[in-house]
Amino acid sequence: MSEPKDVGDIGITVEFSGGLEMLFSNERKHKLSIPAKDSTGAPLNVGYLVTYLCENVMKDARKDLFVLDGTVRPGILVLINEADWELEGEETYEIQPGDNILFVSTLHGG
Amino acid sequence: MAPLPVVELLQHQIASCEAQLRDLRQQLAEAQHLQHIRTQEQDRLRHTSTSGDPLTHDMTYGIHDEFRSEVFAALSQGEDVPLRAATKWPLEKNEYKRYGRQLIMPEIGLQGQLRLKNSSVLIIGVGGLGCPAAAYLVGAGVGTVGLVDGDVVEESNLHRQILHSTGKVGMTKVDSAKIFLSSLNPNVKIATHTARLSPESAITTLQPYDLVLDCTDTPASRYLISDTCVLLGKPLVSASALRTDGQLMVLNNPPLPAGDIRGGPCYRCVFPKPPPPESVVSCGDGGILGPVVGLMGVLQALEAIKVITKGPHTSDSSSPDPPSLLIFSAYASPMFRAIRLRSRRQKCAACSAQATVTAKALNSGSLDYVQFCGSISPVDMLGPNERISVDNYAKIRMEVNPFTGMEPSKDSHILIDVREKVQFELCNLEGSVNIPFSGVSSTPHSTSNDNESEPSWISDLRKHPDKPIFVVCRLGNDSQLSVRKLKEHNLDFGGNRFIGDIKGGLRAWRENIEPDFPEY
Ligand SMILES: [Zn+2]
Repeated sequence: MSEPKDVGDIGITVEFSGGLEMLFSNERKHKLSIPAKDSTGAPLNVGYLVTYLCENVMKDARKDLFVLDGTVRPGILVLINEADWELEGEETYEIQPGDNILFVSTLHGG
Repeated sequence: MAPLPVVELLQHQIASCEAQLRDLRQQLAEAQHLQHIRTQEQDRLRHTSTSGDPLTHDMTYGIHDEFRSEVFAALSQGEDVPLRAATKWPLEKNEYKRYGRQLIMPEIGLQGQLRLKNSSVLIIGVGGLGCPAAAYLVGAGVGTVGLVDGDVVEESNLHRQILHSTGKVGMTKVDSAKIFLSSLNPNVKIATHTARLSPESAITTLQPYDLVLDCTDTPASRYLISDTCVLLGKPLVSASALRTDGQLMVLNNPPLPAGDIRGGPCYRCVFPKPPPPESVVSCGDGGILGPVVGLMGVLQALEAIKVITKGPHTSDSSSPDPPSLLIFSAYASPMFRAIRLRSRRQKCAACSAQATVTAKALNSGSLDYVQFCGSISPVDMLGPNERISVDNYAKIRMEVNPFTGMEPSKDSHILIDVREKVQFELCNLEGSVNIPFSGVSSTPHSTSNDNESEPSWISDLRKHPDKPIFVVCRLGNDSQLSVRKLKEHNLDFGGNRFIGDIKGGLRAWRENIEPDFPEY
């Protein structure tokens, strides 16, 4: 939230639901300003966003409750602007300014 | 003096029997009331069919003798059917009244009510979701409602599982639910299956029903139910809830055969791989707010009514709503949001042309859902010299320390309770310090000797290097993991200070030492 505002940063909203917010300082909604390009200079995609969140936003040490084998762990749905990311090209989707990315952990209680 | 266990036990039994008796009396009153109404109705029918009937008058005084026998013959043909009204009107008389408020809605109407009456719904799991779902479906007049559950009613169920009541603690959940539902609406047939659904029993259990509600609480049962619904071509309404959140999906709708991409996605399409078992939290561990899970169950009933009253899917008619996931968060704003889901997955193991989940594999028991989803075995990671029984710990608190010979004192050691703060505040052992497990486990392993950046709970524990540390939790799992963590932070000073866990946690403490310690 207090990320440096470099030239080329884009503003997005990242939300967590289904208990994932507990891994992110118990905040459901994070307004982030993130670099528009990844470390290789390529446009920022969702795959890189996941790594970015893990390294820069997640304070909790239990990374494996969010990421497994370099991608979001099974049981987490990634939703880009209210649609399943599989409708949008999954990790390759290039993030646009103003995008809303929602991570939902599936629940099992009943 | 504390009451003897047997006295307490008897008091408890009497209280339980009294509650059950109250419950039975209420049910009896309801049943008598129902019987009374029925008797009145029959009396009224008999009455109108004799003296007050204008036809009787005509037959006696107004009809010419020659016609009388013919008229009698015509009337007598109808006498095989006890109530003539039943043949003339598609619903029973009482049904028009009972369902009147939904019958006059264009979404239901007579056609919708008949579809409900001719339908059968299987509710798997008669807990926080299944109870409200069953109540509304039975109330709405679904013809047959099946209930599957192998559990018995527990006191900790009652804040959310609205079909069960205090007097029914110990009764099977399906029996308890059947009593409630039969008295709610005697028109509905209630079928009970008092067992947990297994791969071997799944197909025969689900087969007779038109639609299935997944009201269970484990990943394994969710995959099993979804796979069976795909194999049998049944739409599935799936919901779940935890803490303040709920989720709802209508799956396999329309329920077209595997390989037909126009069919709705199944649970495996949405979640091809099960979540790691350590990420799965139950209501018993995470907690659940009654109205949250209740709401999700009510929504399941609503979706079921929508699917049933819409009638069978035909390819040329308008297709159902696109698949979506409804997310509810009681403390978010807005509370509801709907997310568009993918369609059927091309390589889905259950609903694609390459499906590997088959009826044969299911029936033979070769599909192991529990293994597929994995499980966490009870933690057993500490050596015997890192653990203490509740009996020995009680001696340290109350008697001379068996290890050091020291007099008991609260200050002789540090007792860390690693339950979350809200649980610690419910009840705790005098003198214990609360360091929640979430904080312990989320503190990164320090790589340097940079003690300034470490959290205060670690530096506080460094201040008393001479005092042994005992770690306790609810059941004795987190306490072991915490002992490991404390040692990773070198709080045992290279083995010079004892750090160990109390075996079996506060549950063992209550069972063996202090029966009054609250159980929650
Ligand atoms: Zn599928």
